[in-house]
Amino acid sequence: MLYREAGQYKSSYTADMAVFPLREDRIGLGIILLIAFLVIPLVSTPFFIGSVMLPFLVFSLAAVGLNILTGYTGLLSLGTAGFMGVGAYACYKLTTLFPGVNIIVWIFVSGFFSAAVGAIFGLPSLRIKGFYLAVATLAAQFFLQWCFIRIPWLYNYNVSGAIEVPTRTLFGVPITGPTSSVETRYLVALTIVVVLTWFASNLVHGRVGRMWMAVRDMDIAAELMGLNLLRTKLLAFAVSSFYAGVAGALLVFLWLGGAEAGDVFNIRQSFLILFMVIIGGLGSLIGSFMGAAFISALPTILKFGLPAIGIPIAGATAEHLNLMVIGGLIIFFLIVEPHGLARLWQIAKQKLRVWPFPY
Amino acid sequence: MRAPDHPILAKGDVLLAVENVSLGFGGVKALSDVSFDIRKGEIRAIIGPNGAGKTSMLNCINGFYHPTDGRIMFQGKTRLKMRPSEAARGGIARTFQNVALFKGMSTLDNIMAGRSLKMKTGFFWQLFRHGPAMREEVENRKVVEGIIDFLEIQHIRKVPVGKLPYGLQKRVELGRALAMEPQLLLLDEPMAGMNLEEKEDMSRFILDVNQQFGTTIALIEHDMGVVMDLSDRVVVLEYGRKIADGKPEEVKRDQRVIDAYLGVAH
Amino acid sequence: MADSAAVASRKPLIDRRVTKALRVPLILAGIAILLVLLVQGGVIARGNLVYNVLVDPFVLMVEAPDLLLQTLWEGLVAGVLYALIALGFVLIYKASGVFNFAQGIMVVFAALTLVGLHEKGVPAFLALGLAIGVMFLLAVAVERVVLRPLVNQPDIILFMATFGLTYFLVGLGESIFGGNPKVMITDQLFLPRGATDLEVFGGRVTIQHLDVAAAVIATIMIAVLAVFFQYTRIGRALRAVADSHKAALSVGISLNQIWVVVWFAAGVVALVTGIMWGARSDVSFALEIIAFKALPVLILGGFTSIPGAIIGGLIIGIGEKLGEFYWGPLLGGGIETWFAYVIALIFLLFRPQGLFGEKIIERV
Repeated sequence: MLYREAGQYKSSYTADMAVFPLREDRIGLGIILLIAFLVIPLVSTPFFIGSVMLPFLVFSLAAVGLNILTGYTGLLSLGTAGFMGVGAYACYKLTTLFPGVNIIVWIFVSGFFSAAVGAIFGLPSLRIKGFYLAVATLAAQFFLQWCFIRIPWLYNYNVSGAIEVPTRTLFGVPITGPTSSVETRYLVALTIVVVLTWFASNLVHGRVGRMWMAVRDMDIAAELMGLNLLRTKLLAFAVSSFYAGVAGALLVFLWLGGAEAGDVFNIRQSFLILFMVIIGGLGSLIGSFMGAAFISALPTILKFGLPAIGIPIAGATAEHLNLMVIGGLIIFFLIVEPHGLARLWQIAKQKLRVWPFPY
Repeated sequence: MRAPDHPILAKGDVLLAVENVSLGFGGVKALSDVSFDIRKGEIRAIIGPNGAGKTSMLNCINGFYHPTDGRIMFQGKTRLKMRPSEAARGGIARTFQNVALFKGMSTLDNIMAGRSLKMKTGFFWQLFRHGPAMREEVENRKVVEGIIDFLEIQHIRKVPVGKLPYGLQKRVELGRALAMEPQLLLLDEPMAGMNLEEKEDMSRFILDVNQQFGTTIALIEHDMGVVMDLSDRVVVLEYGRKIADGKPEEVKRDQRVIDAYLGVAH
Repeated sequence: MADSAAVASRKPLIDRRVTKALRVPLILAGIAILLVLLVQGGVIARGNLVYNVLVDPFVLMVEAPDLLLQTLWEGLVAGVLYALIALGFVLIYKASGVFNFAQGIMVVFAALTLVGLHEKGVPAFLALGLAIGVMFLLAVAVERVVLRPLVNQPDIILFMATFGLTYFLVGLGESIFGGNPKVMITDQLFLPRGATDLEVFGGRVTIQHLDVAAAVIATIMIAVLAVFFQYTRIGRALRAVADSHKAALSVGISLNQIWVVVWFAAGVVALVTGIMWGARSDVSFALEIIAFKALPVLILGGFTSIPGAIIGGLIIGIGEKLGEFYWGPLLGGGIETWFAYVIALIFLLFRPQGLFGEKIIERV
C-alpha cells in the first residue's frame, strides 16, 4: 500500500535506466539526506557526531571503494588500509608544503596519489588471479605500513612519529585542527561522501560498471568481447584506491585530528573494511553503507547499549565481545545470506511492495 | 570518413582463410595441418566426432589459442598470433559450448556488455552519467532492444541470467554476440542440450542473422539435420585433421566421413 | 591463460624450452661478470649505490663466513617453523579445499590453552593431552558450525568464513586467557635450553639447543604426516576428498568424518607450532602475525603440496633472513615485515601457480 510501483510508467529508456526508478525510493533518499544534513547536526550530541557519525562516513567511503574493487570487479584486496594511509600522508605533505591552497582541494588531490599507488600494486593482476592477488595486496599493505613508519619525511619528522593536523579553513570557518567544531567537520565530510558516492553510483550503473562486472563474472568472455582486461582491472584498482585515499584523508583530518600509522592504517583495519563490505553485501553501494554502519556502530552499541538494558559489561570484555560478535556474524551472514544486508534490505522492500498482502 | 583499414569484401569473397594450422599442447596434437576458408556471407559448418579439434579450431580463429604452425588470414590480414580482444575488435564474435554469460548480470546488461566496443564515452562523462554518457547509453539501448525483439526475449530482460533455463541462456549469449555487430560469428554448438522446438527457433535465428544482417557464420554442430539444412558448406575434422570439405550433400556421401562417424577400425 | 607456445614456423636449432630455462641463469651470470669487471676497473666502489646494493652484501658474506653461517642457520630454523605453519594450511586445503585463514589464531589458541592449563596447576604433560583434546573439540565444532552449512559455496566464501572464525577465536581467546603475554612451559616439556658455540671459519656460530630441537621435532612431524597421507587408509581418503567431494561421497567416504580428522590434525600441528614459536618468544596474540608469514610460503610451495610447504618454508626463511641481514640496513631496517611477500610476488610473476602447484589451465 505504501510502496507501490503501479502507475509509475516509464516512457523513455532514460527513465527506465534511472538508478531509483520508484518514486518512493527517491522520496526515501531525500528524507535520508535531509536527516543527515539538517536533523543530525541540530539534534545530536557532539559525542554522537564525533564518535559515531564521522567514523561511519569515513568507513562508508572506504567500503564503497573496496566494494568497487572486490564486489564489482571481483578482485579481493587486503590492502585497503594501506591505500587509506597513502591518501592521509599525501594530504598531510601537500597541505604542509602548500598551506595556502584550500584543504578540500588537497583532500581530492591526495586521492589521486592513492589511485596511482593502487594502480601500481594492481599491475600483478594481469598474471595473478584470485587468492594470489589478495596476497599481493597484502604485500602492499605491509610495505606501505612500513613506509609510513620508516620514512620520517612523510610525517614531517614529528617527534611523535604521527601526523599532527594543522588548522585549515573553508570560507573562513576552521574545518580541521583543534579549533574546528565537530559539526562543521561532519558537514564537510558528509558533503564529500555524498558527492563521491554519487560519482560511484554513476560509474557503477553505466558502461564502466558493466565492464567491471564482466571481468568479475567471466574475464575470458569479457576479453573475447574486446575488453582490455589489464586496463579494466587497473581502473578498478585506481578508482578504489582513490576512494580509500580520500577516506584516509578524511579519517585523519576531519575525524581524528592526528594519527599514528600503526594504529589506524594496519592490517586489522583492512580486514575490518573487508568485513563491512561482506556483511553489507558485495556488489552493492547501499550495502557498503549498511556494513559500515553496522561495524562502526557495534562497539558503541555493546559498550553503552548493553549496560543501558541492564547487562553490566566491562570495557575490555566489550572489546572481546565485539570481536566475537563480528566474527560470528560474518560466519552467520555467509551461511544465511552471502549477499549481505543489502539483499536482506531488497527482500524487505519486496515484502513491502505487496504489503499488506503476504505475497 | 576514414578509409577502412581492411578491404571491403563482396559476398562470396574469402573472409577468413586457415592455412596449414597446427596446434599442439605438449605431446597432444589438437590440430594437424588444417586448411580451409570461409567465404563472406556463407554459413560454414565445422563437424566431426568428439575430440576432433573443432573447438580448438574456433579458439585459434578467436585468438584464444595460438597455433604452433600455420597462419590465419582474416579480412586480408594474415597473422600468427592474435589476442582475443584484437579478434573482437576485428569483428569476430563468438558463443561457447558451456554458456559463458555473466551470471551476476541481467539479460539486458549482458547484451549491453556486448556493445562495449561501440561505447566510447570517456571516464570523465561516466562520472556524471547525465549528459553524453546517458545519450550514448540510450542509443545503444535502442540497438540492444532491437536484438532483444529479434530474439524474442523481451520477457526476461531484467532477469539475472543465472536464473534462466539453459535454452534461453544460449539465446541471450547469441544476443550478446550479435550486439558486437560482427563480421564473423563463431557459434560453438549453439543447439547443444535443446529440444526440437528450441532447435527450430535457434535455427531460424541463425538463418535470419545470416540473411538479414549478412553476417558470416561458422558453426560447430553435432546435429546432422541442422548441419545439412543450415549450412552452405561443411568442413569435417577427425583427430585434428581435415578429412572432407565441400557442400553438405557431397560431404554426407564421402566415405571417409561415414567411416569417421561410424568408427571403422583403422 | 594458454601458455604462448612457440610460434616459429621452422624447427629452431636448440629446443625452445632449453633456451627458456637457461635465460634467467645466463642473465644473472652476465650481470655478475659485468659487476666484477666494474669493480676491478675501479669504476664502482664502496659508497656507490650500485656497489652497496649489488656487490657489498656478497663481499660481506665472503669476508665473514661465520656470520653468513649464523644467518643461514637462523634462516633454516625460521624456515622450518614457517613450513610447520604452512603445513597446517596445506592439510586443510588438501582435504576440504578451504584456505583456513584461522590457522594462525589456532596456533595462538592452542599455545594459550596449554599454558593456561598449566598455570591453573595442571601438570605439564597432562596439560598437553588436554590441549590436544581441546583442539579436537574445536575441530568438531568448526566442522559442524562452519563447514557443513557452507558445503556448496564457492571457495571465496569459505575463505571469508575463516576470517570470521579468526576474529571469533581472537575474541574468545582474549576473554578466556586475558591479553597479557605468557611464557611457554619449555622446561616442563623437557625441551632443551642453552646454546652451543661452534668455532668455524675463524669466527663463531651460536646454535640454540631449542632451535635444534624445534627443527628435529618439526621434521619428524612433517615426515609422520607425509607417511600418513601416503600409506594409510585415512590418508588415501583425505586425498580422495581433496580431489572431489562428490566422487569421495559416492564411494562412501564420510566427508564430515574426514573433515574432523583433518582439522584435528591441523590443530595438533598448530599446537606443536605454538609450542615451538612460543618457546622462542612469548605466547601472545602477536603470534597471529606469523600466519601472515605462511602465505608467501604457500604461494611458493603451492597449497596442496607437503614437500612444497617445506621447500617454500626454507626458501622464505633463509631468503628473508639473508635479505634482512645483508640488505636490510640499506633500507633502514625492519624489512622482514614485507620482504617475504616480495620474494613470493617475484616468483608468482614467473610461475603463477607456485613452484609445486598445479598449472592453472582455463577451459572455455
